[in-house]
Amino acid sequence: MPVEVRLPTILRAHVGGAPSVTVEGSTVGELFNGLVSQYPGLKGQLITETGDLHKFVNVYRNDDDIRYTGRLDTPVEENDVVSIIPAVAGG
Amino acid sequence: MAGDPASRRRAGVLGGRALSIIEGFVEPTLRLPRSEYLKIIGHCYDGLPDEACGLLAGRVQPGTNVADGRVEVVYPTANADASARTYSVDSRDLIKSIRAAEARGLELIGVFHSHTHTEAWPSPTDVRQAMEPSWLYVIVSLKDGDPVLRSFRITDGKIQETPVVLES
Repeated sequence: MPVEVRLPTILRAHVGGAPSVTVEGSTVGELFNGLVSQYPGLKGQLITETGDLHKFVNVYRNDDDIRYTGRLDTPVEENDVVSIIPAVAGG
Repeated sequence: MAGDPASRRRAGVLGGRALSIIEGFVEPTLRLPRSEYLKIIGHCYDGLPDEACGLLAGRVQPGTNVADGRVEVVYPTANADASARTYSVDSRDLIKSIRAAEARGLELIGVFHSHTHTEAWPSPTDVRQAMEPSWLYVIVSLKDGDPVLRSFRITDGKIQETPVVLES
């Protein structure tokens, strides 16, 4: 089903500047695969070469960090909002 | 605090900070209510021996993506790295702070973190991991007797210091 995915400022250039895009999928992983095939510039930004969630992004299904709800296997439903928020980090 | 001639001379030394070039102070001026300044300092000392971190919420100038510089609320957060050398804002604290700010008509405008033994200057790691060009990056050094707080914009790998003002 179509799900809204909200993108952070740093990734919006890859989708023509849009703050969010609607993608089809029933898990977060499927949404991200759909995103990358529509917007190849996002390749490698969300998912690493080994198929894991990139540690420099936080992904929330509604307000839940997907790391605690099944990671890329987290199921999504029609009115969910998936938000991608860059990690706030440094040293 | 930033602004005195001695700190400008210190800011101008390249030394180990060859990654970045200082071009003088830039806007916006970080305006910190005293209550929020004390929250920041308290949280930094509470976090010892690790680095502490937290988020800054305020307002953005209409029609721009630049903060007006006033910190309306500080949200202390957990350092998920639990390290004296690195920090990362706990992902659950991050979303909670975003929602709390939204509920008050505010948005996140920056982040603060402490340097336990080094100066209040962005490290190469800080520069590399700065993802928000419109944010203020506030660093608190605890290396001396009194805490030193300085504020920076970090864009395209470049560090630019902003003035800091404490408001009553």
